[in-house]
Amino acid sequence: METVKRKLIDENGLRVDGRRPDELRPIKMKVGLLANADGSAYIEQGKSKIIVAVYGPREVHPKHIGLPDRAIIRCRYHMAPFSTTERKSPAPSRREIELSKIIREALEPVIFSEYYPRSMIDIFIEVLQSDGGTRCAGITAASLALADAGIPLKDLVAACAVGKVDGQLVVDLNDEEDKEGEADMPLAYIPAFNAASLLQMDGQLTEEEFFKALEMGKKACLKIYEMQKQALKERYLKIKESVEAGEENQEA
Amino acid sequence: MSITPQTEPLAKIKSKQIRELLKTGKRIDGRELDAYRPITIETGVIGKAEGSATVSLGNTKVLVGIKVETGSPNSDTPNTGVLTVNAELLPLAHAIFEPGPPDENSIELARVVDRGIRESKAVDLEKLIIVPGKLAYVVFVDIYILNHDGNLVDASALAAIAALMNTKIPKIVVGEDGEPKKTEEFKPLPIQDCPIPVTIAKIGGSLLVDPVLEEENMASAKITITITKNGNICAIQKSGPGTFTLDEIVEAEKTARRKAEEIREKILSSAGG
Repeated sequence: METVKRKLIDENGLRVDGRRPDELRPIKMKVGLLANADGSAYIEQGKSKIIVAVYGPREVHPKHIGLPDRAIIRCRYHMAPFSTTERKSPAPSRREIELSKIIREALEPVIFSEYYPRSMIDIFIEVLQSDGGTRCAGITAASLALADAGIPLKDLVAACAVGKVDGQLVVDLNDEEDKEGEADMPLAYIPAFNAASLLQMDGQLTEEEFFKALEMGKKACLKIYEMQKQALKERYLKIKESVEAGEENQEA
Repeated sequence: MSITPQTEPLAKIKSKQIRELLKTGKRIDGRELDAYRPITIETGVIGKAEGSATVSLGNTKVLVGIKVETGSPNSDTPNTGVLTVNAELLPLAHAIFEPGPPDENSIELARVVDRGIRESKAVDLEKLIIVPGKLAYVVFVDIYILNHDGNLVDASALAAIAALMNTKIPKIVVGEDGEPKKTEEFKPLPIQDCPIPVTIAKIGGSLLVDPVLEEENMASAKITITITKNGNICAIQKSGPGTFTLDEIVEAEKTARRKAEEIREKILSSAGG
């Protein structure tokens, strides 16, 4: 049985969803939507939908896992059972355990954790719908949730994958491109340091393609970084409006 | 859930010594920044396993055993055999390792090794199908850490590829009744690449190849770059709580490429691939 493989780049150089190689999927970000969390954010990147909550800094429990000189960061990346075509068992998979670790390590460099010794900051990332690029979108949203929680940050972390489909480098792969493509390279980028806090790759790239992919990834992350700042500004404008409305009510 | 680990306490005087030496381009064990510790490889050490190898990287010692069974192929890949990689950080390998189910470090280790083998297509999985959709060879790669002195990824991946090259699988014939039967004949596992991982740690502004445990404990981050025999990059993993600047990544990639060539020759000559 031979299945005919669908072309991932058409004769006009456009991708399966009509995007150009360096074009991101439509992205929506919303900050501060969960009442109980200290900070929260929601991101839609194409069909991927992710919600993130941050609790803390708060007291460490159990106490012995605390550190005397800084806060510990706890991070959980988790996919909802209904987020994929085939139901995913809610128990953490090996993939989710690995991603929780590298996402924590991608966010730790920007957190002033030394301000909060013997305390902890919890980051919960829930993938509600998965269509590729969820670890990157999770990092993008998690840094917004950290900012929303009022935790001092050195910068925001923006993340985006670069990959290779039909021999061409493209950014922000969707699920089909990730599965059928030749390479996938998630990158989390911190503009203030001009540095990567997450870099993974699977598939095959030549040296030349790799260097080009790094540059494309950086550019894509910078676009996402601008959207992150915009989403935070909108959140603060809302807070400002509600505070001002409150003051007027008091005067009246 | 992943939690910021409590790192091994490293004597201040020792970490100061490491930093001071690095400023002059030297390391605590006298190596150059881009030098590996002595590597020794021995294959066929476990007779009951279909393939096996031990690799020593200085004091780091890893044993990999390969077991091959038959089973059903994965539902999303009905026309290929199955490869699984598992790693055990044995409590006998270091005081910090506790018995119990695999933690995030052992899962990450296994998955990085898996990625290098899978993405380089080192094992030709398409040749490991017996009856499409029904029966396939299932290859278990089990990584046993015997002594931990840093850079488990490189030692494990080298032991895994050496063991795979040393693996013999039983020939299976499908009878007229459609029932597969094991024969007494053995054939080598179909190997078509030799991926080599190179791990580079960052301490201050220095990049060090093949960190020992003391260096690893004070490194802000590590990066493992795996190179195929054609010189393609087939897997990357940045690990640890720090960052790499884009220039450092470019430098690390060039170093990895150079070192991978050297080490591949060693593997091929001792594993007889």
